[in-house]
Amino acid sequence: MTHPGEEAHHGGESADAGWALETSEAARSYPVRTEADLLTVRHAVRDATEELGFSLVDQTRVVTAASELVRNAYVHGGGGTLFIDPLRQARGVGIRLVVTDEGPGIEDARQAIVDGFTTGSGLGHGLGGARRLMHTFEVHSVPGKGTMVTAVRWTDR
Amino acid sequence: MSPYREGARARVSTVPILRLGDVLVTGLLGELDDSSALALAEELTARIAQDGARGVLLDISRVDIIDSFVARALMELSTMAQLLGARVIVAGMRPPVAITLVELGIELTGVETALNAEEGMASLGWRQSDALPAEPRA
Repeated sequence: MTHPGEEAHHGGESADAGWALETSEAARSYPVRTEADLLTVRHAVRDATEELGFSLVDQTRVVTAASELVRNAYVHGGGGTLFIDPLRQARGVGIRLVVTDEGPGIEDARQAIVDGFTTGSGLGHGLGGARRLMHTFEVHSVPGKGTMVTAVRWTDR
Repeated sequence: MSPYREGARARVSTVPILRLGDVLVTGLLGELDDSSALALAEELTARIAQDGARGVLLDISRVDIIDSFVARALMELSTMAQLLGARVIVAGMRPPVAITLVELGIELTGVETALNAEEGMASLGWRQSDALPAEPRA
């Protein structure tokens, strides 16, 4: 998903799962391997949203969505990576979160973002809830290969 | 199944739990990680039984996000406390946290809340005394 006025590069191809990782050059990556990483990435997302000028409520929305996504990758995907991608484009300022893991994948990605869906011990609100906190939300999953979730929120909507 | 459980068992919550009569008073910090949340819930449950507490006031005014994991821990704590005959009141939720929880679709079913710690203590039967100690005259 490349927006007008956005400088995207497609260098981050994930060979394993076979999907293209679309992040701008400003994106920074954070490992999600340990429980401590969950806190670290929450801080990083908080800092990024603050710097981009998100309101306090929007910061809370984005950090909460990020928390759901990275926990999902940690618990179900055996760990993964979060990319925090600040978007400064003609259309506005926003943030893109990309979370990848090399876990078992989700058989039915569409089902996974419906409330109540869970394969683990959670409430089943994780992905469905995170989707409502963001403006765009895409799940790509290849069973046996992994999952990539891309979510964007803009400051001015 | 959950990678948290083992770690949580080994850990002891680092948050102080105060006892005021039959009420336990404690609070969560903004930096709360998952294991600490579980450890605190377990410790509170143990303390309810041990101290014969009838109420728990949990101040969350410094918590800057509540995701589905922490929400679930709060709901489980409330249920466990209820089974032990105690009420848990979660006090001081920040407005952005409340807005986000609603959008997440989490209703915190069964969790009693209060606007702030003072209100929470009042619903647990603690009233501020009308008779203030006399101020020393200058």
